[in-house]
Formats: sequence, C-alpha cells, structure tokens
Amino acid sequence: MPEVLSAPLVVEFPFTRSLGPVQSAFLTGLRERTVLGVKTSRGQVLVPPVEYDPATAEEIRDLVEVAPTGTVTTWAWNPAPRRDQPLRTPFAWVLVRLDGADTALLHVLDAPGPDAVRTGMRVRVRWAAERAGAITDIACFEPYEGEPGAPAAPHDGRFADPVTGIVAPARLDYTYSPGRAPTDYLNALAERRTVGERCPSCRKVYVPPRGACPTCGIATAERVEVGPRGTVTTFCIVNIKARNLDIEVPYVYGHIALDGADLALHGRIGGIPYDQVRMGLRVEPVWTEGGRYPDHYRPTGEPDADYDAYKELI
Amino acid sequence: MSRTATGKEPVAVVGIGQTKHVAARRDVSIAGLVREAARRALDDAGLDWADIDAVVIGKAPDFFEGVMMPELYLADALGAVGKPMLRVHTAGSVGGSTALVAANLIAARVHGTVLTLAFEKQSESNAMWGLSLPVPFQQPLLAGAGGFFAPHIRAYMRRSGAPDTVGSVVAYKDRRNALKNPYAHLHEHDITLEKVQASPMLWDPVRYSETCPSSDGACAMVLTGRAGTARAPHPPAWVHGGAMRSEPTLFAGKDFVSPQAGKDCAADVYRQAGITDPRREIDAVEMYVPFSWYEPMWLENLGFAAEGEGWKLTESGATELDGDLPVNPSGGVLSTNPIGASGMIRFAEAALQVRGQAGEHQVDGARRAMGHAYGGGAQFFAMWLVGSEPPPG
Repeated sequence: MPEVLSAPLVVEFPFTRSLGPVQSAFLTGLRERTVLGVKTSRGQVLVPPVEYDPATAEEIRDLVEVAPTGTVTTWAWNPAPRRDQPLRTPFAWVLVRLDGADTALLHVLDAPGPDAVRTGMRVRVRWAAERAGAITDIACFEPYEGEPGAPAAPHDGRFADPVTGIVAPARLDYTYSPGRAPTDYLNALAERRTVGERCPSCRKVYVPPRGACPTCGIATAERVEVGPRGTVTTFCIVNIKARNLDIEVPYVYGHIALDGADLALHGRIGGIPYDQVRMGLRVEPVWTEGGRYPDHYRPTGEPDADYDAYKELI
Repeated sequence: MSRTATGKEPVAVVGIGQTKHVAARRDVSIAGLVREAARRALDDAGLDWADIDAVVIGKAPDFFEGVMMPELYLADALGAVGKPMLRVHTAGSVGGSTALVAANLIAARVHGTVLTLAFEKQSESNAMWGLSLPVPFQQPLLAGAGGFFAPHIRAYMRRSGAPDTVGSVVAYKDRRNALKNPYAHLHEHDITLEKVQASPMLWDPVRYSETCPSSDGACAMVLTGRAGTARAPHPPAWVHGGAMRSEPTLFAGKDFVSPQAGKDCAADVYRQAGITDPRREIDAVEMYVPFSWYEPMWLENLGFAAEGEGWKLTESGATELDGDLPVNPSGGVLSTNPIGASGMIRFAEAALQVRGQAGEHQVDGARRAMGHAYGGGAQFFAMWLVGSEPPPG
C-alpha cells in the first residue's frame, strides 16, 4: 500500500483581547510594578483578579494592591522548556499566593533544580526590564528570604495611559494527513488523472473521494477515473481577497461536475474573461509542471451543456 | 398526542436580554459582554443568579476568538459555579441549537429554570480568516462564507428564474427594519434601494450591501416551566415546537438550494405545533439570512412558498414589516451578526414578537412566530415556534 501523504500545517493568528476594567487595571499595574487583586464582598482577595465573584456571581470592582512577595502553594518541575515559555533554562511551574491575597497566581520560578523548590517556600517577583502591560511583565519568581509584604491595601486602579487591549498571538502546529482515499486521489492528480471512488451501495462516484460514502456510511474502494472534461454547474466571481489567500482577484470560483462524477468539485475557471463564465460551460483542466492539482479549468470550446443534464448536480 | 400524554413540561421564555450589537465592544472583555446580556435577561424575568438551575451556552468555533473552550472561563460571569454548564457546537446555527438544548432540559424536567446564552466577539479575530484556513495539498480558493454560498445563490436564481433585483429588495427591507430595533448593529438612516443596488459586488452575484456585518454581541434567554411562568413579571413566549436536523456538508444529491435537513426540521416543528398552513398560521418569522438571497430560498425551504416561488413572496411585499408574513422585523442577520449569537437572536426576536415586546418593530397582534437558524455548509438546522398562548394539553 502506498504511503499516506502528510504535511505540516500551521494555523496562527494574532487574536486581540479587549480587557475590560479589571484586567485593564491588572495588566497596567504590572507595567507599573504594582500587583492588583480584587476584594469580594466576603472580604476575600483574589489574585489574579476576576470580574465576577465565583462564589456569589456578584460583579467585583474593588481593587486592592498586594505585595510582590508570596508563598509557593504547589509546583511542578519543567526540565525541558519549550518555545515561548517564560524561561529558557529548566524551571518550576508554581502557584504563588502573594502576601495579602487569598488565591494563587500561576507563574514560573527560576531555581537551579527541583531540589531547590518546595511547597511553602518564600518567593518574590522578578520584574521584566521592559514592561508593556502583560503577564510577562513578571519575568518570573525567585527565592526570597526577607520580611513578608504589607497586607492588601485599597487601590483606585488608575494609571496614566492604561492598557485596554492586548494582542494574544496563537499558533498551532499540526501534521496534516488527508488519509488513504485522498492520498490515492492526489497521487493520481500528480499523473494528471482524476480518480474518484464509487460507493458499492448507491453507486455514486465521489470526487474527491473520502474513503466512505457519506450517505450510505460504508467504505468505498472501487476506483473510477472521471473527466478530464466537465461542466460548470454554478460559480461565483470573487472580488475580495481573503487574508491568507494568495490569488489575484477577480477570479471565478466554480463548481465543476467532471464527466462521470456524481457531485461537483471546486476549482478556478480561467482562460475566459471572468464575466463570460456561465452555468453549463464545458471545461477541461489546465495543468502546471509539478502541480498537485489543476491550476484552473478552461473552456473546451464544446457547446454548453443543457441545464437538464446537470441540474441534479447543483 | 397531548403534552400530558408525552409527560413533557411546557417550556416558556420569561426573560430576554441582548447587548447593543456593534462592530467592536472594546470596552468589555468577553466575560463582560456575556454578563451584560445575561443580566438583562434575568432582570426581564425578575430573577437573580441563584434562581438559575443550569447554564447552556453557545458560540461559533473557537477559532473565531482564539479562546479554547471559553465557556470554562465564563462560568463565574454567568453565575454557573456549582451548577451544570454545557456548551453546544453547531457552527452558525449554534444560537438556535443552544436554546433548544436548554428548552429540552426543562421539557424533560431535568431543570426548572435555565439561562441560555450565545455570543461572538468578532472584533477579536477575523471570521473570513477563520473560515478560509489553508489545507495542505488543496488549492486555496475559498474566500469566506460569501464565497461558499454565492454559487448556491446563483443556482437558486437559475432554478427559480428570479429577477436579479430580489436580493437588493430583501437587503433594503432588513436594513430599514433595523432602524426600528435599538439593538441592531447597522443603523443606516440614509439607506435607499439604489444604494444597495449600487454597492460593489463582493462575490458576484452577492453585493456588499446584501451581506451581513461582522458584530460583537450576546443574546440571553431565561427559560422555565409552567410554575416559573406563573411567577414571571412579563408575558411569556410558549414553545410550541422545536427541532434540529443535520446532514453532511457534501454528498451526491445534496440540494444546496433547499437542503432536505431544513425541510425535515421545519416539518417536525409544524407537526409538534399543529401547523398545517405555515403561510397563514404563522404571524412573523425571524430566519437566518446572512446573504439577502437566502430569504426567498428559506421561504421555500420552510414551506412558506412553493418551490421556485419564494422570490415572488418577497417581491410582493408580503415579507415587509407591514406585510402578511413579516420576515426579520428585527433587521435580521443582515443587520446584526455576532455569529454564534445570531441564531439565538432569531429565536429571541420571535419570542419578543409573541410577548408583544418588540417595540417599534412589533408585528401587530403576533400570536405565533418562528425562529430559524442554519449553519456550516447549509447542513445544521435549528428552529422553534413560539406562541403567546400555552400549547394545548
């Protein structure tokens, strides 16, 4: 059996976050070397702060300042830091209850090894040299032997030039594999042939094949070569560029029912002015050297297909 | 079969809350956004957080804000700590499906009073990006939802012989209706039919003014049973029928113009509600029309018009606010589209109509109204029918 194709797939986007009043004060505070929490109606101090009381659902807006020193409430050693983690050298993930707070904050502790870390140890904030209003303004925690910090004190949360939004870049690294049937289809395309699969039950020919019939729910295996010619069943003219699509507009996005296929595949229609493309247009693939798929489909010059001949395929 | 015989608890909407939908709510976090809608729904129902037994939340795929499983972080904002909280996923139809899951929990007497909510904060991402992710080995061609649906609209125009002005008629109507809805995102006071028709083609045959906006917003409802309804300060909207149906995105024989799953879903709702002639028996419809041409398409799919005749109903003015079958009196998805919330807004606006609380966009004397949502590649459907009177039985 030929090897199933696979390829890296990276999905990444710089998401933005509107912070709202509480997170805005918290992150702006970090920029100013000030750790803020919120005080609930029952007198609990929550750090990091939340907007709504987990116990009573009340809206909380009473900000307090807590100390940059605290106690490790639990921890886990990370021997092999990964990309974008706060420290490049091995470190401990820690939950730290800051002096004056009743809840713990997740961060990292710079320590020489797991033997140097214990629950109950005293730590303090090591501020980042450059701060922008982000949780990384706390570079990490470090061991601390001095006096406990002052109790929580009210704070109005006001700072000059507050941070109201942040960018939260996200990146997911996948290994994408299309599976057995699409691999067969793609390998055939590399030889400039379009090969679908027929459902043994309903006899419909699926192009591209997925290895199973979505209607009958059974596996497909019988290979059927279709095309190369086909009929444009419907289309649109795209005049707007998608953010990650490197293609000149306008272009025609067509549904093409290849001769012998029981549903249309999607492709670009070219070799004809975009405003002359029509339903029923007969087309054939245009291949490029080394391409994984036809670059586009162009008119064959045949008369247009009769509507009745393809209306069931729309 | 009567309600008593089926053993189901009658379900009613007793509270509705929406945010003012806008392009970007930069003043609130996602938590702050959902909180605003939920608080308004509770206030409408005369209830507080402690009166809620469970929370059912919906939103479109996580890619749309890039927060994985945001419902977990929203538990405290929605007073769900210590209570069951579930999330429903059905792409664009999710707001409708979410309301139905909440309604079913009451009908089954699992919970007495349920808060249901749906939201989207589209300003934190880019939906067109989220819907056009590249797939290895495939030619990148798809240009967002508009690029996906425009060919099906062209197929409808060919099949029905509709004149190509119908899409602009719908858009012009919905944008004018939105002017009467204080929560609608788009308030285009200077809208004219000519302006709609002169707007640029984005995905020919779909024009810019015939597409939905990108919105930040949330919608919440409080659902309860018979006992809860008796305590409600405002008139309830009773659920007379509700259904969901699904089908694959692509299969040989799929009718993209009028999907079978949509027809089956509507038929199920009508059967439950005892509706035999939807055109005559339903007073207002809030249907999911993200591209204006979907109004005539869904009019046919939902049985309000015969196949190929939906555009005639639109063209005749029947679907105008003062017509005999007003469609999207709120301004619809064409005027407001926080994607995950859009289906729930349809359901909530249908409920507002039969409660007589739709304000300036109230349909006079509306007694039965339908809420409709669809999602994915026209493959997920969710609908309900609400009435001013309790269901029989």
